[in-house]
Amino acid sequence: MELLKKYPKLFQWLFLLVVFFTLCFAIDVPETYKFIRGQAEFIKDPNQSTYTLFGAEVRYYAFDVFWRLPPLLGWLPIWINDSLFFLMNDWMPIEFWNEDTQEFKTQPLVLQITRNLTSFITFLIELIREILLGGVETIVAFTSWDWISENSWAKLPGLPWTIVAAGAAILGYKLSGKGLALFAAIVMIYISIFGQWKPSMQTLSFILVAAPLSFIFGLSLGIMAFKSKRVEKALYPILLVMQTMPQYAVLVPAIVLFGVGDHAGVIITMVVAVPPMILLTLLGLRGISPEVIEAGRMSGCNNLQLMFKVLIPTARRDILIGVNQVIMVCFSMAVISAFIGAKGLGFNLLLALNQLNIGLALEAGLCISLIAILLDKLSLAWANKQTDYFGNLTFFQRYKNTLSFSVAILIGIIFAYVGSFYFKEGFNYLYEIPHNKGISTADFWNKGVDWIWDTFFQTLKIFNTWLIVDVLQPMRAAYLRMPIVATFVLVMGAGYIIGGIRSALTVGGLTLFIALSPWWDRALVTTYMATFGVILSCIIGFTVGTLCFQNKHTTNFMLGVCDIFQTFPSFVYLIPVMMLFGVTDTSVLIAVVVYATIPATRYTIEGLRSVPSSLHDAASMSGVTKIQRLLKIEFPLALPHMMLGLNQTIVFALFMVIIGAFIGTEDLGQYILKAISDKKGAGIGLTLGLCVAFIGLVFDHLIRTWVEKRKKQLGID
Amino acid sequence: MTDTVIKCESVYKIFGTNAKKMLQEANGNVDAKTFQENGCIVGVNNASFEVLKGEMLVVMGLSGSGKSTLLRCISRLTDATAGKIFIEGQDLLSLNNKELIELRRNKMGMVFQSFALLPHKTVVENIAFPLQIKGIKTKDSIKKAMEMVKLVGLDGRENYFPRELSGGQQQRVGIARSLAVEPDIWFLDEPFSALDPLIRKEMQDEFLRLQEKLQKTIMFITHDFDEALKLADRIAIMKDGIIEQLDTPANIVLNPATEYVKKFTEEVPREKVLKIEDVMEKPNNENLSDLKVLRNEIIENVAEKILTQEKSVSVIDENNQIVGTVHPSKIIHTVFGGKKSND
Repeated sequence: MELLKKYPKLFQWLFLLVVFFTLCFAIDVPETYKFIRGQAEFIKDPNQSTYTLFGAEVRYYAFDVFWRLPPLLGWLPIWINDSLFFLMNDWMPIEFWNEDTQEFKTQPLVLQITRNLTSFITFLIELIREILLGGVETIVAFTSWDWISENSWAKLPGLPWTIVAAGAAILGYKLSGKGLALFAAIVMIYISIFGQWKPSMQTLSFILVAAPLSFIFGLSLGIMAFKSKRVEKALYPILLVMQTMPQYAVLVPAIVLFGVGDHAGVIITMVVAVPPMILLTLLGLRGISPEVIEAGRMSGCNNLQLMFKVLIPTARRDILIGVNQVIMVCFSMAVISAFIGAKGLGFNLLLALNQLNIGLALEAGLCISLIAILLDKLSLAWANKQTDYFGNLTFFQRYKNTLSFSVAILIGIIFAYVGSFYFKEGFNYLYEIPHNKGISTADFWNKGVDWIWDTFFQTLKIFNTWLIVDVLQPMRAAYLRMPIVATFVLVMGAGYIIGGIRSALTVGGLTLFIALSPWWDRALVTTYMATFGVILSCIIGFTVGTLCFQNKHTTNFMLGVCDIFQTFPSFVYLIPVMMLFGVTDTSVLIAVVVYATIPATRYTIEGLRSVPSSLHDAASMSGVTKIQRLLKIEFPLALPHMMLGLNQTIVFALFMVIIGAFIGTEDLGQYILKAISDKKGAGIGLTLGLCVAFIGLVFDHLIRTWVEKRKKQLGID
Repeated sequence: MTDTVIKCESVYKIFGTNAKKMLQEANGNVDAKTFQENGCIVGVNNASFEVLKGEMLVVMGLSGSGKSTLLRCISRLTDATAGKIFIEGQDLLSLNNKELIELRRNKMGMVFQSFALLPHKTVVENIAFPLQIKGIKTKDSIKKAMEMVKLVGLDGRENYFPRELSGGQQQRVGIARSLAVEPDIWFLDEPFSALDPLIRKEMQDEFLRLQEKLQKTIMFITHDFDEALKLADRIAIMKDGIIEQLDTPANIVLNPATEYVKKFTEEVPREKVLKIEDVMEKPNNENLSDLKVLRNEIIENVAEKILTQEKSVSVIDENNQIVGTVHPSKIIHTVFGGKKSND
């Protein structure tokens, strides 16, 4: 009883687990259910659901609701599809003036809006793309194809790669200094001589449209939410779902609304990148001390000045993290958008992975990652830039960057021009190095992969087999063996213990949605993969984070590593694991572990860092050893922050599990991937996406509720 | 009365959703307790006073007494629930947003307890900020800001960021910023409360030096009674939103109006606060000693000299005219007597 009084929660948890396992063992798999599809799903066997009685066939109603719920939500995907179709084709027909045919034409409103949006974004992408690579589409947009074919001179020439490289270096120098300039130059030259110029510039143009648009939208919506409670309330659920919504899932409805191509990719990218931007803008603006706002008001700011000169710059830290996130998401989506026809490095990457040409994939992936890091650093440097008011500069000093860029343009053009005489066989290397003419290391990497396979085949195979047979399959079976009642008891029980009846109902509702969808078993498989990844990531991240925290240099080093790894597009993680483990579940899980370890490590370090130093001193004066201090002071206090890391780890793991469908898993992600090529896939894709999002939200809700309570108990904010 | 710069007439500020309605029902007779039971918090309760040109009014009160709220009503950072506020005869509450901004850009400056500097701007940029907001060219605003940097003694640190400065230095930036537009009215909201005692004293002296030079109309908020005594021309003591007493430091020390005010004055060393003129008597024809003291001398500074005399000492003004007399016993009574009477 003493113990019970001291740890009431502990006994609640124990009781919950006992009930859960009792239910698991008490409820057998009903005979009417069969294990199918690579043992990834139970379905109701139609052959056994009837029996004959006195010569008449009787439907056999097994009382199996304890085991699985009927797929009552099966109508939802179809309904979503029909609504989308209705929206696009029949809703609100309105007369529009058609430029080409010079007459009014009746079109549904939504279709017209999406068309206009599409052509606007296509124009932006093409404009930047043709500045970088040359082409005629931009001029066509202002004139017509006929006019172009008559005037063959009228096209954007495209910049020689030398000029773009020099421009990037000068920008780097202007924003930060020699280091960044050097890095920019190396990245650009690398891209060029390795023959990745064209796809890289295509990707770059994609991002240069998607990132600023996402930034602007996210910032303005964030500001609106800051100013009006109502907007915030309306946005909040959407933001919550979007945070855990897998990126694949948005692809499918986008095809229906916007068709395929770069523009659709940009629009989805915005859909994915805007929510974190909104959240971080809101967070930053909320964090401003009221006195700063008052100081702005007393300086005589009007509302606009207050927002743009006081509030946003003061909230700069969080907004910059938002920009960072936007760039990260943009690169991730640049790859994923290749599924719906976006051009560039992502497309090459997918193609190479499909052909199992690891070397090519690696090259494309490296290029994407390099550009991602470069843009990330440039944007950071830009935000931190300072103005010097007192420097007494000469004309030359003041305009040296502009001047040197002009010189670079001149030299670049001369080079390209000279090159056109020098390289006779049709490839002007000083203008653009074609894709197949650059230095390629693909063969080298492929040979390396072969060598690894030849040398370590046995070892890897043994490991692989062991993992799959002894760990993964039993784990999966255990998850699938869970009766639905037991799952509900576990989830809602946890909700009740952590956050009371409200939490129990919230998580119960989310789970109910998945349970009533036709994909409950797949969701269990997704959860099992995510759980496996999360457990391993947490162990690794926690250990690494704690170890690194012992020393200031390793702490900074590790945070730097996390930064860089975070910049890699998620798809890139699939390359090295495929290199080592081929196309198996192991590959996906390892990618999940690697990807999800980043937030686990980062939050562990940041959590430990957030422990006030006065407490360190107090602990030291009480005469604790280092281990004692870690166990008694630092961990308990850092725990809430570390749990937020767990939250992120789960989200990252879920994302990677879903992306892993590309390698071939048997979970929800696989169905989402299938829906992309399905004509009527929009509804299925969205519903599946919601299922994945809800899995994430269940954990998100539980963890957040716990963290908030715990923080209140500890009195930290 | 062209001299009145700030004038408040029964200003109320009550927080809560149905504050206005409750206030109407209360009919000017606001009781904090009943309001609190109905979910309203009384910030300022029937404040009426005037601040004259060039005068420094210090509003003193403990935390939660409504002093900052009162200041925010007068600077209209929050809107008063009821009452009238006039700034140089202009009805503050009737100003529209544009006029209010104009007023703040040209007439008002404010210093904050937590400095409220913009973290992304350097010292000089912070100071130039209100000027740039007004639309003054960058170059001119920086030039003016540099003058301010010199005024508050931060030369050489103009390119530092706020996070690189100590608290005292940060507040100097805050002061310089609030003075950059050369306002007539200067609001200071516990400007020195976040500073260490030594720095605080230094800043107070600095502040007095500036005020001597600039002669602004000032409303100064503090929770430190000693600070109020040291700086104020007049002090308003607030409690639960009500101004308990508004008077000169000397009168507050000598004649505390309420028990609450008395508690503050008990511990105050009177000789440090009172001036000779506060204790002198009308000149009569008695025998005077040769010693003459200035009327606005603090007692502490001349007490020793006076106590060596046996006869009354004559008090003179700046023009060497005798305006009163002080007997040494009066000094002794002031220094020691007041305290005993409290027992």
